[in-house]
Amino acid sequence: MNPNSFLKNLVNYTMFAVTGLCTVIAVGILFFILGYLVYNGGKSLSLSFFTNLPAPVGEIGGGMANAIVGSGKVLLLATLIGIPIGFLGGVYLSEYSNEQIAFTIRYVTDLLNGVPSIVIGIVVYTIVVHPMGHFSTFAGGVALGIMMIPISVRSTEEFLHAVPQSLREAALALGAPKWKSIVTVVIPAAMRGIISGTMLDLARVAGETAPLLFTALGNQFWSPGWNQPSATLPVMIFTYAVAPYDDWHRQAWAAGFVLLTLVLLINITARMALSRGTYVPRG
Amino acid sequence: MSQEGSAPSSQATPSGSGEQKTGNPPAAKKLSAVNLDFFYGAFQALHNISLDFQENHITALIGPSGCGKSTFIRTLNRMHETVKGTRLTGQIFLDGKDILTEDVNAVRLKVGMVFQRSNPFPKTIFENVAYGLHVNSFQGGKAAIREVVEKSLVKAALWDEVKDKVHESAFGLSGGQQQRLCIARALAVEPEVLLLDEPCSALDPIATAKIEELLFALKSETTIVIVTHNMQQAARVSDFTGFFLLGKMIEFNTTNVIFQNPGMTETEDYVTGRFG
Amino acid sequence: MSSSVTVPKSALPPRRAQSFISRLKAGEELAYLITLTAAAAIFLITTLVLYELIAQSSLARHKFGWNFLFTSIWDPVRGNFGALPFIYGTVVTSILALLIAIPLGLGAAIFLAEMAPPRISNAMTFLIELLAAVPSVIYGLLGVFILVPALQKNIVPAIKSVFGSLPIFQGAFYGVSIFSAGIVLSIMIVPFIISVSREVLLSVPREQREASLALGASQWQTIWRVVMPNASTGIMGSIFLALARALGETMAVTMVIGNTPQIKASLLAPGYSIAAVVANEFTEATDDLYLSALVELGLVLFGVTFVLNGLARILIMTTEQKGAHK
Repeated sequence: MNPNSFLKNLVNYTMFAVTGLCTVIAVGILFFILGYLVYNGGKSLSLSFFTNLPAPVGEIGGGMANAIVGSGKVLLLATLIGIPIGFLGGVYLSEYSNEQIAFTIRYVTDLLNGVPSIVIGIVVYTIVVHPMGHFSTFAGGVALGIMMIPISVRSTEEFLHAVPQSLREAALALGAPKWKSIVTVVIPAAMRGIISGTMLDLARVAGETAPLLFTALGNQFWSPGWNQPSATLPVMIFTYAVAPYDDWHRQAWAAGFVLLTLVLLINITARMALSRGTYVPRG
Repeated sequence: MSQEGSAPSSQATPSGSGEQKTGNPPAAKKLSAVNLDFFYGAFQALHNISLDFQENHITALIGPSGCGKSTFIRTLNRMHETVKGTRLTGQIFLDGKDILTEDVNAVRLKVGMVFQRSNPFPKTIFENVAYGLHVNSFQGGKAAIREVVEKSLVKAALWDEVKDKVHESAFGLSGGQQQRLCIARALAVEPEVLLLDEPCSALDPIATAKIEELLFALKSETTIVIVTHNMQQAARVSDFTGFFLLGKMIEFNTTNVIFQNPGMTETEDYVTGRFG
Repeated sequence: MSSSVTVPKSALPPRRAQSFISRLKAGEELAYLITLTAAAAIFLITTLVLYELIAQSSLARHKFGWNFLFTSIWDPVRGNFGALPFIYGTVVTSILALLIAIPLGLGAAIFLAEMAPPRISNAMTFLIELLAAVPSVIYGLLGVFILVPALQKNIVPAIKSVFGSLPIFQGAFYGVSIFSAGIVLSIMIVPFIISVSREVLLSVPREQREASLALGASQWQTIWRVVMPNASTGIMGSIFLALARALGETMAVTMVIGNTPQIKASLLAPGYSIAAVVANEFTEATDDLYLSALVELGLVLFGVTFVLNGLARILIMTTEQKGAHK
């Protein structure tokens, strides 16, 4: 037998280089994406992007003000639908349910999480858009809200689970009813994690396009209220990018830059707040 | 509890002086640690350890938890180098050559190790034992490998129990059998020294007895160092014993002396069960 | 009502068992009911999703039966719908994506888990998880404006000059194609493979590595012969997860695949995927059968991703539990 260290070291160094290269490529892609968006998006960005409505084809100076507001409204509704259901469901799983029911709910939540976003769009079309007879901001909010639920459930449950049992027992031993111990002791202890989880959840659906394609659809103009179709940032990026007009392409870059900046900022903030904790919910 | 000064405490190497109840002629020094200091970051875990291991004898290292005996034994095959932030100063001589300056893979071929909890690979029994051959460019065909595997399993007193299922998963074996498999795996590369770090701590008395028996049989070909927290085991199995406390070696002598007539108060307190 | 908290009796002040009314007054029942309602809502919503998919696709399912999956005609005008071109496009782009992403992703995962110093490993993992957060439409943007032109100008001509005789690289290349979609998809799924595989590798117990090193094996030999086999089930799981992700990807794919329902041997030809055709044609569907066929496509997609995700989760949990027990 021969320890053959020379060969072993050679292979070690080579594989270090090869696997390191894979990592550099993977990370490099991120910088590549950022670089192009900052460059192409940055140079197309102007105040009119944020303040103007889309202009007819051929006219310059159009903007995406309505899409920005539309995205805001859709995400607001999504949060109002998704977070309460997700949060309370997570509380139920962590604090109240028994093993069998918990298993079922978790299974169902994971199932919902795995549904492709376009399929969510189909279902919300059939249950909201079709009966209403038209596309609407409301439908868009429902679609994204449904997508927010599973991540919110998982994240809430994990962070509540991480709160030590001794805290609960201390509150109960002082005579607090169970619900009060949860609200005043357990949830506050898990709060940082839950908020971070919510932010990551929001960042994920903020970039979703497919479910909005046949719920909120799109709109060249402002969309007052909740009952009319609405422009949203991701859908505008899609529409403009595949169209044959250069000006629209420029605006697509600008919109992409804005969207990505928003999504990454929320992500980085949430992850850094979490990095002093443990669990990071994955897509 | 009386504290030792910074000078190394009494270490009698039984070549010539002291009582030798074994009646054997003075044996050769196979492995020698000289002035070892070991650091985890800023914390010093071993203080100036010097110690000889006699060829073809069993040396036991005993002491309370955290005394450094496991840390020490892991330096003997340079396993400490797998942990970042550790530092070892001193020398370790194997047949006169300092292993700390040699090629680490060659060292590990000569100094094998069996760990506290059995850790067979997720492979067949056969492949577990043959692993050391495969990663070290064994020159020989399939038949030669089969021979080595069988010989090692025989030496580890496992062959009879597994000869019909040698191509089945190692996880089908009991805890004691898995540990003997790990011994067979270590023996397959024919090490000159075998280090065992509390090999029986997770095993029942019957499995433990089987392993102690096979160590007796092995020592005629191999130098054995065994860390154990079980004093009865040390007394049963070993020819020499070293007592460790707080990272220092307090006393080293033949097993009979350590257990019946120890020189240091701390040793006496420990072996009589007054602490630890 | 079941309680998940056990409190020693001595911790509570002595009193008679609380009556229902007093529990109600303490808000206990209300709190329980509120959270239970939320959990039930989740259950109901998921059931509703399934129900709608099945119900709304029934027209098409009854008309075409299983043949739907094997027919390649997609003719909205005459009402003939077959899913084969979309299944083909979805499968081929996903496989291509895996072929690229698996070696790249596993290589990076090995580097991050086994070879890189912890601080570099954590920093790079952080960046790679950010990559996973990039929206699909952004990948599509880069696909359309950067990748496709680059493929057209440089990469595909280079490939064709070497491999042009192979059937998968035959024919004219106009940029949008199965090939382009496969590459964009591979970039999108790499972060998932890396992050899950890295965790799985990290969960392999130290003792396994130590046993290998103690026998004189090198670091790479240990990784390849011991760590990877230990982690193999979990890595399979990460691949299934990535595949499920790739199958359901809509925007980036639809922007670069060419949106042509056809089945061609060449990767350079345009194609179509299930998610892409639904995205493009859903709002154009003029009659019930058309819509029903598209919903049926959604049902197929749901079914496949459901199975893959389930398998993935089992595989990943198995590996991480094995590591924890040791």
